[in-house]
Amino acid sequence: RRWLASSILIYFSYICRSFTRASALLTRTHINYGVKGDVAVIRINSPNSKVNTLSQELHSEFMEVMNEVWSSSQIRSAVLISTKPGCFIAGADLNMLNACTTSQEVTQISQEAQKMFEKLEKSTKPVVAAINGSCLGGGLELAISCQYRIATKDKKTVLGSPEVLLGILPGAGATQRLPKMVGIPAAFDMMLTGRSIRADRAKKMGLVDQLVEPLGPGVKPPEERTIEYLEEVAITFAKGLADKKITPKRDKGLVEKMTSYALSIPFVRQQIYKKVEEKVRKQTKGLYPAPLKIIDVVKTGIEQGSNAGYLSESQRFGELAMTKESKALMGLYRGQTQCKKNKFGAPQKEVKQLAVLGAGLMGAGIAQVSVDKGLQTILKDTTLPALGRGQQQVFKGLNDKVKKKTLTSFERDAMFSNLIGQLDYRGFEKADMVIEAVFEDLSLKHRVLKETEAVIPDHCVFASNTSALPIGEIATVSKRPEKVIGMHYFSPVDKMQLLEIITTEKTSKDTTASAVDVGLRQGKVIIVVKDGPGFYTTRCLTPMMSEVIRILQEGVGPKKLDSLTTSFGFPVGAATLVDEVGVDVAKHVAENLGKEFGERFAGGSLEMLQQMISKGFLGRKSGKGFYIYQEGVKNKNLNSDMDSILASLKMPSQPDVSSDEDIQYRLVTRFVNEAILCLQEGVLATPTEGDIGAVFGLGFPPCLGGPFHFVDLYGAQKIVDRLRKYEAAYGKQFTPCQLLVDHANNPNKKFYQ
Amino acid sequence: MTSLLTYTFKNLRNTSKWALRFCKFHLFFLFKIRFESSQTKSKKTLAKPNIRNIVVVDGVRTPFLLSGTSYKDLMPHDLARAALSGLLHRTSVPKDVVDYIIFGTVIQEVKTSNVAREAALGAGFSDKTPAHTVTMACISSNQAMTTAVGLIASGQCDVVVAGGVELMSDIPIRHSRKMRKMMLDLNKAKTLAQRLSVISKFRLNFLSPELPAVSEFSTSETMGHSADRLAAAFAISREEQDEYALRSHSLAKRAQDEGLLSDVVPFKVPGRDTVTQDNGIRPSSLDQMAKLKPAFIKPYGTVTAANSSFLTDGASAVLIMAEEKALAMGYKPKAYLRDFMYVSQDPKDQLLLGPTYATPKVLEKAGLTMNDIDAFEFHEAFSGQILANLKAMDSDWFAQNYMGRKAKVGSPPLEKFNTWGGSLSLGHPFGATGCRLVMAAANRLRKEGGQYGLVAACAAGGQGHAMIVEAYPK
Repeated sequence: RRWLASSILIYFSYICRSFTRASALLTRTHINYGVKGDVAVIRINSPNSKVNTLSQELHSEFMEVMNEVWSSSQIRSAVLISTKPGCFIAGADLNMLNACTTSQEVTQISQEAQKMFEKLEKSTKPVVAAINGSCLGGGLELAISCQYRIATKDKKTVLGSPEVLLGILPGAGATQRLPKMVGIPAAFDMMLTGRSIRADRAKKMGLVDQLVEPLGPGVKPPEERTIEYLEEVAITFAKGLADKKITPKRDKGLVEKMTSYALSIPFVRQQIYKKVEEKVRKQTKGLYPAPLKIIDVVKTGIEQGSNAGYLSESQRFGELAMTKESKALMGLYRGQTQCKKNKFGAPQKEVKQLAVLGAGLMGAGIAQVSVDKGLQTILKDTTLPALGRGQQQVFKGLNDKVKKKTLTSFERDAMFSNLIGQLDYRGFEKADMVIEAVFEDLSLKHRVLKETEAVIPDHCVFASNTSALPIGEIATVSKRPEKVIGMHYFSPVDKMQLLEIITTEKTSKDTTASAVDVGLRQGKVIIVVKDGPGFYTTRCLTPMMSEVIRILQEGVGPKKLDSLTTSFGFPVGAATLVDEVGVDVAKHVAENLGKEFGERFAGGSLEMLQQMISKGFLGRKSGKGFYIYQEGVKNKNLNSDMDSILASLKMPSQPDVSSDEDIQYRLVTRFVNEAILCLQEGVLATPTEGDIGAVFGLGFPPCLGGPFHFVDLYGAQKIVDRLRKYEAAYGKQFTPCQLLVDHANNPNKKFYQ
Repeated sequence: MTSLLTYTFKNLRNTSKWALRFCKFHLFFLFKIRFESSQTKSKKTLAKPNIRNIVVVDGVRTPFLLSGTSYKDLMPHDLARAALSGLLHRTSVPKDVVDYIIFGTVIQEVKTSNVAREAALGAGFSDKTPAHTVTMACISSNQAMTTAVGLIASGQCDVVVAGGVELMSDIPIRHSRKMRKMMLDLNKAKTLAQRLSVISKFRLNFLSPELPAVSEFSTSETMGHSADRLAAAFAISREEQDEYALRSHSLAKRAQDEGLLSDVVPFKVPGRDTVTQDNGIRPSSLDQMAKLKPAFIKPYGTVTAANSSFLTDGASAVLIMAEEKALAMGYKPKAYLRDFMYVSQDPKDQLLLGPTYATPKVLEKAGLTMNDIDAFEFHEAFSGQILANLKAMDSDWFAQNYMGRKAKVGSPPLEKFNTWGGSLSLGHPFGATGCRLVMAAANRLRKEGGQYGLVAACAAGGQGHAMIVEAYPK
C-alpha cells in the first residue's frame, strides 16, 4: 500500500515537473519550430481543429517565430509546414471577419496581413512553403509570399483563392502577387472563379515550384511519413536556396514568354480588363459585387503600382465584407458545413451493400454517386433495355471524368465493377439499404415495397426517392415502417449537391442516421425534413410555379419571364425550369399539392399544363415545351405552337402589381413565405436547412443566401408589405404566414442571431 | 545417416509400383526416425509423403548483356535457342526424353508469341515435344519453373525444360490504333472508291507510334518512380542505395573473376565474336556514383542509373526432372525444388514488396525459419527496392499493419545474401532472371555447403514469388 502511495506521489511530481517544463517551452499553441542544421522548420498545427486557419493568434505567433528566425545568426533559411494531415492552411478565420462591425476594422486586418506577408516576401533568409493538403485563401496568400513552394501531388492538396465565393476578395496581397506569379489571365481565372487547383496543375502554372509524390507504407503510416518526407525535401531546397545553388526563378516556356510580352503592352492589358469585366457582368448580372472589385483591384496594382494596389485591396476588402451579398454567402458556407455532418450519429450498421430499384435517370444517378465512392451497388430494373440504359449512364458519368483526367481509366473500371445490373431480386438478402427510384405512382411504389420487403433482411433500410409522394403513405403497406424513409435526390444526381431526407413519425432514429450516412458518403449536402405533402423543397417550389403560370397567362412571354428570374439571381429561368422538370411532372405535383393546400397554392390555371401535355409539349424530354430543343442547337427558340395555348388562357394583368420588379417579387415572396411556413409547421428543423435546401436544390439566388437569410438581411417588414400588396390584388395565396408576421412585428427577431 | 537414406531411396526407385508404394511407407517410417534422431546434427529434408521429389538437374544461361550490345541484331527466339542448345550440351539429355518445354518472357515479339516453341524447334529438340510460353513480368521464368514442378508433381510429365528470355535491344513498336484501324479497313475495302474514302480519313498524327508501356498499366506509374517512392517511404538514403549497388557489382566481379558463375555458357553470336561473359558488371566508386542525377524523380529523387538494374538481353534454361527419373538416367542433380509461393499486393504503393510478403509465407509452408536458410537469392530490381524489402521484413509495424502477421519475419543476414552479385550487376533480362536465381542458389549451396536456399523476386503488377531450393546431397 505504501509502495502504491509513493509511486503515485512520484508519478504526480513527474507530471508537475513535466508540466512546468512544458509550459515554459510551449507558450505557443498554433506554431512551434525547431532548427535542423541551419534551417528553421516552422510547424503549424492549430489545436482542437481539423484545419488550420489564419486566426489572429496564429498570425501573431507566426510573426514572433519569424522575428526569431530573422534575428538568429544560426539560421540561414526556413521551411514552413503544417503537421495537420490533409491541411496546410484552409483560409482566414471567418469568425475573425464576422466579429468586425465596420469596414475599417476589416481593412485594418487586411493591412496587418499585407504588412506581414510583405515582410515575408522580402525576407533575406529564404522561406520554403511545404504544402500538403488544402492551401486556400489566406493560406495561399501566405504560401505565395514565401520564396519557394513545394507541394505534395496528393488529391487532397489543392490551391486556390475561393474568397469570391464568399463575396469578398483575397485581402492579404494575392490580388497583387498572383498576376505576377501566374500571369494576369490565370490570376483572374483563379480569383474570379474561386476554383481549386490541383498540385500538378499548379506546378504547370508556376504556382508551385516542386512536387513531392505521396508515399505508401514504410515503417510508419503513409500520411505521417509523407509529411516527414515533404519536410526533408523542403529542407534540402531551403539549404540550396540559402547557398544560392537553386534559384527560385522558373524557366518559362515559349508560349508563356510570348504571353507575358503581350501583356507588357498597355493596350493589350486594357483589352483583357474589358473582356473579363464584360464576361463577369454577363454572368453575375450585377448581383455580385466581389468579382468586379477584384478586377478593379488587380488593375489598380498593375497600372498604378503596388502601393496603390495594396491600399485598394485592403479598402475594397473592407467594403465587400460588409455587403449583404457577402453575409449571405458566408451564411451559406456555414450552413453547407453544418449540412455535411451527421447529427444523428453513426448508424448501428454501416451500409456496405446498396440496392437501387429502377435504372432511370434518377436511379442510375444514385448508383453512380454510390459506386464511385466504393459502395457495392445493385441496380435493378425490369427490362434489359432499361437496365442497359442505366448502366450506360453510370459508365458515361465515370468515363467523362476520365476524359477530364480526374480519374484514370483503371480507377473507372474498378469503380464500375462495384455496380451489378440485374433484373431480379438476387442478392437482396444481403442488402443493407434499398433505394427505390421507380416511377412516381403510389400503387407502383406500394408493389415495389412489398416485393422488396419479402426478400430483404430485417435490418435493411427501405428508402424512397420521390419528389412529392408522402413517405407516410408509401409506408402504409410496410411491415416495418420504422425502416422506411424518404431520400429525395435532385436531377442530375451527380451534379446536384442536395439530398433531402424525409422522416415520418414512425421512422427510427437509426434509420435516419443510416440514410444521412449514406448520403454523406455519396458526397451530398443533406437536409432532414418531416414528412408532408411536397416535403420542403417541392412544397416551396410549387406556389412559385403556380405564380409562373399566372404570370404567363397575364401575357408575359417565357423569354421575358426567364430573363426576369435570372436577373434576380436564379440560375435557371422560371419557364425553362418548367421545361427541365417536365410539364407532366409539374402538373402531377401541382395537382396533388393543390388538393392538400387549397387556395394557398392557387394562382395560375393548371389548364395550361393540361393543354401542353395533350399536345405533347412535355418539356426538354419531348423536345418541345415553352421552347424547342434540338440536339446540337445551342440557342433555343420559342415554341410558336404555345401561342394559341397562351392566348386561349389569357388573363388581364393588374398594372400596379405587374412591373418587372413586382413580377420578380411575386415569385420570390411566395417561395419565401412557404419556406417560413415550413419552419413554422416544423417540417424544417432549422432555418439553415431551409436555406441550404432552397439554394442547393432549387437554385434560390445564392447572393440572397436562401429564404431565411433573405428575410434577415432585407427585413421581414418589407417582405410582409409586398405580400400584403399582392394579397390585396390576388387573394389568400399571398397571405403572409404567422412566423413571418412575427418577425416583421419585432425587428430584433432574426432567423440567424 | 542422410547418405544412407538417400542410398536406400535411390535403390528403391527403380522397382515396381508395388514396391514403390511399399517403399514410400517404409521411407516415411525411416524419415521419421531420422528426423527424431538427428535433429541437432542436420536439418530435416523437405520431402513430402505422397509427392514426387522434383530436382533441377542443371541449368545454364547465355551471358547477360546490356541491351544494344552484341545481341542487338538477334530475335528473342535466337537467344532462347542459345540457352536451350547450351542446356542440351551441358546435360547431354536425349532430346526425345524431354516431355515438355516452358519459357517465360515479358515483352513479346509478336512474330514469335509462343517463343518457347520457335526456340525449341530451332534448338534441335524433337518436334514432338510441345512447348508453351508464360508471362508474369519479372517472375516469368519462375512461373515457367513452377509450372514444370506442377506438371511433374501431378505425374503428367517426368522431364521438363523451363527457361526464360528477354531481348530489350528490340521491342515491338506499333502503329497507332487509328493507323491500324485504317490499315485494317483498307484491307476490307473492295472498290477503288471505298479505298479512297478510307485513305481520305488519314491524318498526320496517325503516324505517331505506340511504344510498349514502360509504366504500370493500372497506375500509369513507371517502376523506377515507384521504387524511388518506396525508398523514400522506408527512409532509405541515396548513399545507402549507392553502397548497396556497389556491393552488388563488387561481389559479381569477384564471382566472375573466380569463375563461380558456372551457369554461363558461351554463345557464338552469328556474325559476331563469341560472347563468354556478362558485360554489365562495372564496380565503380561511391564518388562516381554520387555524381549521377536522379533518373525518375527529378531533381531530388534517390534512384539513379547506377543503383537500378539496367535493360538487359539474355536467356536462361534449366532441366527439371522427377528425382527417380533423373537417378534412373544416371544424373547427379544439383538441387531439389521445394515449396513455392506467389503473392500479390497493392500495385501502387507496394509494387516491389513481393519478397517481403512471400518470404514468411514460404518459410511457414516449408516449416523453416530464416535461420535455416544458407543462401538467399533475391532479385535486385533497384537498390532501393532491396533495402526497402529488408527494412520491411525487419519491421513489426509493417508485419502487423499490412501483412496481418503477429511479428516480423526478420531481415536476411547480408553475408548470406546475393553473395555472387545480383540483377543490379549481372543484369536483368525480365523473363530470364528467375532461372538465374535458382541456379545461383543451387550453385552457392553446392560450393558453400549449405542445405537450403531461398529465392525471392518482385514483379510488375505488385506480384511476388518465393521458392525454397534444397541442395541435393552430394
